[in-house]
Amino acid sequence: MELLYGHPKSLKPIQTKYCPGCGHGVIHRLIAEVIDELGIQGKAIITNPVGCSIWADLYFDFDSVQPPHGRTPAASTGIKRMLPDHLVVCYQGDGDLAAIGTAEIIHAANRGEKFTTIFVNNAIYGMTGGQMAPTTLIGQKATTAPYGRDPIDAGMGYPIQVCELLATLGGTKYLARGAVNNAVNVKKTKQYIKKAFEAQLRGEGFTMVEILSQCPTNWGMQPKESVEWLEQNMIPFYKLGEIKNTLDGEAQK
Amino acid sequence: MAEEKRLMKGNDAIGEAAIRAGCTAYFGYPITPQNELTAYMAKNMIDNKRTFIQAESEVAAINMVYGAAATGARAMTSSSSPGISLKQEGISYACGADLPLVVVNVMRSGPGLGGIVPSQADYFQSTRGGGHGDYYHFVLAPKSVQEAADLTYEAFDLADEWRMPAMVLADGLIGQMMEGVVLPEKRDLSKLPKKPWAVGHQGELKRPINHVTSINLVPQELEATVKARFERYAKIKASLQRFEELNIDKSDLVLVAYGTASRIALGALELAKADGINVGLLRPITLWPYPEKRVSELAQQGKRFLVVEMSMGQMVEDVRLAVNGRAQIDFYGRTGGMIPTEDEVYAEIRRILKK
Amino acid sequence: MTEKTFMAGFGGQGIISLGQLWVYCGMKEGLNVTFFPYYGAEKRGGIARANVIVSDKEIASPLVTKPDSAIVMNMDSLPICEEIVKPNGTLLINSSLVKVDPNRKDVKVVKVPCNELAEEIGDVKIANMVMMGALSKVTGAVKLAKLEEVLKSFFPENKHKYIPMNIKAIEAGMNAVK
Repeated sequence: MELLYGHPKSLKPIQTKYCPGCGHGVIHRLIAEVIDELGIQGKAIITNPVGCSIWADLYFDFDSVQPPHGRTPAASTGIKRMLPDHLVVCYQGDGDLAAIGTAEIIHAANRGEKFTTIFVNNAIYGMTGGQMAPTTLIGQKATTAPYGRDPIDAGMGYPIQVCELLATLGGTKYLARGAVNNAVNVKKTKQYIKKAFEAQLRGEGFTMVEILSQCPTNWGMQPKESVEWLEQNMIPFYKLGEIKNTLDGEAQK
Repeated sequence: MAEEKRLMKGNDAIGEAAIRAGCTAYFGYPITPQNELTAYMAKNMIDNKRTFIQAESEVAAINMVYGAAATGARAMTSSSSPGISLKQEGISYACGADLPLVVVNVMRSGPGLGGIVPSQADYFQSTRGGGHGDYYHFVLAPKSVQEAADLTYEAFDLADEWRMPAMVLADGLIGQMMEGVVLPEKRDLSKLPKKPWAVGHQGELKRPINHVTSINLVPQELEATVKARFERYAKIKASLQRFEELNIDKSDLVLVAYGTASRIALGALELAKADGINVGLLRPITLWPYPEKRVSELAQQGKRFLVVEMSMGQMVEDVRLAVNGRAQIDFYGRTGGMIPTEDEVYAEIRRILKK
Repeated sequence: MTEKTFMAGFGGQGIISLGQLWVYCGMKEGLNVTFFPYYGAEKRGGIARANVIVSDKEIASPLVTKPDSAIVMNMDSLPICEEIVKPNGTLLINSSLVKVDPNRKDVKVVKVPCNELAEEIGDVKIANMVMMGALSKVTGAVKLAKLEEVLKSFFPENKHKYIPMNIKAIEAGMNAVK
């Protein structure tokens, strides 16, 4: 009998420690499926960030490097420059990428480093327990924004649209934003990841897929509620789709 | 056969020695007084078809080194004091992940932005594990351009052999001055040590997957890992304490100084000798591991010590630890970029010996 | 033999290349050498200074605090050099630009009209080479033998056409010292 659907080879057959309803597990699976489809498990390396997804190296069945918080793009730069024929996946959360590691992501993107960033945006700090993230929406509550994010009177700044920010940089070739709140968005997100990985393997330049993901625990919601909240609050502000696509020729489509 | 002696600036000699040692990745950020080193690497790494990146910060540079080292490459960065402070995060992670890499510090004065002229005030930061956590790494202190080249070359071997960072602790004078140097031979990259723990090529090597990481949230396990690392430190301390000494047997007073300060101490020793006064010189070459055994032996023999540094007194604490109350220890230092003169040190010798 | 020389002049007078070439020639004659320039935050202007030592022994401090000889290429450098040169040391003065006599009476003073001699040869820029010839003749520390060969390895290929002029300048400096 032909196996139509199974557990990806690149993902270990173990249960994750992620909370119920968390998006990381789905995102891990998408990455693993694409790596399997590209047949590149033996040449894949992930840099797992500080944050909940620091556990990523427990689940992916390929090599990993764990750098300091926010320095993930710098470490990925070092790895990819040494191993240009490998698939280097720079996995980052919103705190890692858009707060402490802002300098590193901007300059790695601007140099056109040929790895792929998977940017998981759940608008909150997960591992440390629900603090305000650079991508926390206006009015959204966090332990460090107990009355909601207030950009003006409390001077908390505005949520950062990372894809749009990076799109101005010459080194970026492909920037897409997906979500994992429903099956349709999961499927589209996988296509974005595949396009980005294929572009990386062709050596095209900086590629990133931002993925809107739910964090029911720190949002203080049930998983079902959280996917609805993402749909109603995050997607209107963080527009889904290919934000920038300057890939060569056919690959654009 | 050894090459012809060349006239080189310390910073350039360090760069060339690193390339010859098989450094295939250099990442740096501009800071005086080590800019010639970054510029040397910019040109020569590219000419040698190796990797050079001018990073967006010292923080990024050390983490690029971290990534490159994780693939098994011989990787290095260089900076000067304020920049080295920024790199401490990455150095701590590298120590925690057992990654070999090379960091060059061409010291300038501090604290804060301080000044740009030579200093030795980063001794504590370098030898005590300048970042967070329980760790040490090699610290090698050259006294000349020749030794800056030789120790940089060797730093890569020590780092690989012991799986830990190695720091070359120079200062603005060593970096900026020119001397004659005979460079070591260029290493054949295919003959560098194999690193089975590195990431990459997992499929073709058919090995289990590798993780380069410093995290461990299980205290019992992390303690065991750190303890194993400290056993390695103990082996290094037992076998690799290195120093040079001069005129010790004839002298009651031993000058202790490293790097540039040791050159000044040598000058003071010669001035004393010309006046018929014998003093000895002990020059630590490894600052970690510190040559504590030799200092202890000399204390046991009844010697007394004058420690000379370009700081308010940092290495003097290692001398005190080794002496452990058995001998008198005096200190003479200048700071803020002031370099002690041979005359000043000689005057101190006379004061101590009442001559 | 150890000859410690302090060299000073304004930026652009070639103090750095004078010091470097001096130690390079010294190294080629089998001596130990050190050359340490003062480095500042500013990249242009100000007084350029170099600490230069050649010796047949191991060189201790690379800093020259009590020079055996000091080179004074311009007026502003005179007080600096005069203050530190050791008793019975030598002040080599570029008399083209320094029109006053030093106050120190315990030092040997050698005046060389470096700029005039350099201009006669063809370019004021080689005044530093005139001074190097004088320094060699006065101190004898570096003989400047086989000069052409040494200059060929010191200068890049595209500068080799200037070598004959530099040699003339060095010889003129040697001859200017009695």
